[in-house]
Parts: sequence; structure tokens; C-alpha cells
Amino acid sequence: MMNQLKSLILAAAFLLLALPGQAQKVDVIKLPELQKRLSRPTDTTYVVNFWATWCAPCVKELPHFDQLTTTYAKQKVKVLLVSMDYASQLDKKVKPFVQKRGLKSEVVLLNETDPNTYLDKVDTKWTGALPFTIILNNAKHKRATFEQEMSAEELQKQLQAFVN
Amino acid sequence: MKKLLPFLAACLVLALSSFIVLRPAADGYQVGDKAADFKLRNVDGKMVSLADNKAAKGYIVVFTCNTCPYAKAYEQRIIDLNTKYAAQGYPVVAINPNDPAVAPGDSFADMQKRAKDKKYAFPYLQDETQQVARQYGATRTPHLYVLTRQGNDFVVSYIGAIDDNSEDAKQVKTKYLENALTDIMAGKPASVNSTKAIGCTIKWKRA
Repeated sequence: MMNQLKSLILAAAFLLLALPGQAQKVDVIKLPELQKRLSRPTDTTYVVNFWATWCAPCVKELPHFDQLTTTYAKQKVKVLLVSMDYASQLDKKVKPFVQKRGLKSEVVLLNETDPNTYLDKVDTKWTGALPFTIILNNAKHKRATFEQEMSAEELQKQLQAFVN
Repeated sequence: MKKLLPFLAACLVLALSSFIVLRPAADGYQVGDKAADFKLRNVDGKMVSLADNKAAKGYIVVFTCNTCPYAKAYEQRIIDLNTKYAAQGYPVVAINPNDPAVAPGDSFADMQKRAKDKKYAFPYLQDETQQVARQYGATRTPHLYVLTRQGNDFVVSYIGAIDDNSEDAKQVKTKYLENALTDIMAGKPASVNSTKAIGCTIKWKRA
């Protein structure tokens, strides 16, 4: 009995330890899927950050976004990190990056080639520069966009206006 | 109340002006606007202006840089554009608007090296004050503007992307810029005169 308990604790400890290193999955999605996700009429506030592994300011601000998933765990806030890397870089760049950083938020890769046809459908205010962030709450009919790098403070401040 | 009004008005003005300061690149040129000339330092040390090249019917002005992977992905296509269109009166003028303090690989010396290594046959100018990029409304690299000569002026005729596939030039289906140039050189307005593309944010000077 004691031994069984011991191995159970060991197994649990092992699982806990293994978790951060576990390969986070990255779904590859097309535009209609993203549009569907962003148009749900829910009271959940979405923080959608468009980034890429090659984009230095994106990589710099990414921890601020990922932190929200922990900070707002008990509130109706959902962080979605949309990688704009090429789909061909999924296994080579994106997955290793997500794993190395131990990202806790959902990561998807938007697999589209022609920005001129999809950027406006994501948001007409997006000129195509990265990073780009949308904070939206469809139930409250609120939406804000930021085509610039954001500090942790700036992000918190902007998000507060949606959650309160 | 009467005393409060000027105070409120002052607050409003202050709020508005801070908004303007925060959003310097939001405006910029639209197609049809007259483009102001500039005087920027080329990698050969000489100053370059649009007015210098009297033979030019127009220009392909491209805001680009050394460091952005998208700019690199398009570099050869920019070189090829110059080869093809300079002969037809529309040479490329490349402008690097990045602040080297923020993007160290974009220093003037790095620009000189890049232009030499890749044998740029067109000017590669440093927009040191970032004034030109702001004036044009460039937000990213690469970001292109086709200018057409009208007398001594240059008018913006196309703004946007080169084509629809940054990763693989062989997979391109629509060459937005070349299509626009075909129209423009035929004396017509471009049927698609404004397109969007993914790129790196311009590395603005930190306030």
C-alpha cells in the first residue's frame, strides 16, 4: 500500500515536472476559422496577438500577453497567439519556440499567403505591420486594435477597460 | 461654469494633441496625393532627391531595411524590379527608415555593406530623421509607393505590396505592383492602386 502510494506520488510529480516541457500543440488554421473564432457573440474578452518568431518586437512583448492567461485565469479572458510564420516553418521554428518559451496560451498558425486579401478581413485597421493586437468583446460590442509593440502596463491598462 | 469652460477646452486641446503625437504615422499619403521631395544620404555618401533624375517618368519608392526577414525575402524582387523598370523610366529608390539604435543591423555602415554585397544598382538612402517615412505614412518594411511625374511634381499612383506571396516568388499568382505599373505606364490609373502586405514595423526612434 505504502509502495503504491509512493509510486503514485512519484508519477504525479513526474507528470507535473514534465508538463512545462510538454510539446504545446499549434493548430494550423485558415482565415475562415480565425474569423469564426473572433466573431463569437460571447462575453469573453479575447486578446488576439499577431506575432512571428522572426519579429523581434513581437518576441519581446509576447511574455506580457502570455502572462495574461495566468493573471486572468479566473476571469472571462482568453489569449490567442496567432503566429504569422510561414506554415513551412511550423516544425522547424514555431513549435520549438512555443515549447522553449513554455507558452501557456493557445497558439495557432494562420496559414494564408496573400495578406492583401486577408488583412482587411481580420481588421480593416491593420496595415500589415507586426506585431498587431486586437482586444475584443463581442457581447459588449467593444474592439480596440494596436499596430505597435505594447508594454505590460499598456496591455494591462487596455485590457482593464474591457474586463471591468 | 463660465470659468470651467476654457479649462475644459484646454483639456480637450491637450488630449487631442497628445493623440496626434502618439499616432504620427497614421496619416500619410493616399493615392492621388502630391509627394514631397526629399534630400537623403545615399550609401555612396551623396545626397539624393527625386528632382535629381530629370529622365525619370516616376519612381518606385520602397521603404525597406537590412534586418527584416520580409524585406530580405523581397530583396531580390526589388533588385529585379529596378532592372526591369529603370529602363522604362521608373527606377527604384530604396529608403531605410529604421532607427539604428533600435535595429542595430540598420546602421549606415551596414546599409553600405548590404548595397555593396548585393550590388544595388539603385540608391539606398538613410531616412535618419524618419521624416520621409512619416510623411509618406509608411508603417512597415517593405512598403512601396509608385510615384508618377506630372511636370515638376510627383504624384502617388500606387501604395502597397509587390505581390501576393512573400515566401516563394515562384508561387506568386498576382503581381500587384507590376500590374499597377502596366496601367500607369499606359497612362491609366492603376486598377488596383492600394494593397496590403505583412511586414516588420518600422523601428521608430524611442521618445
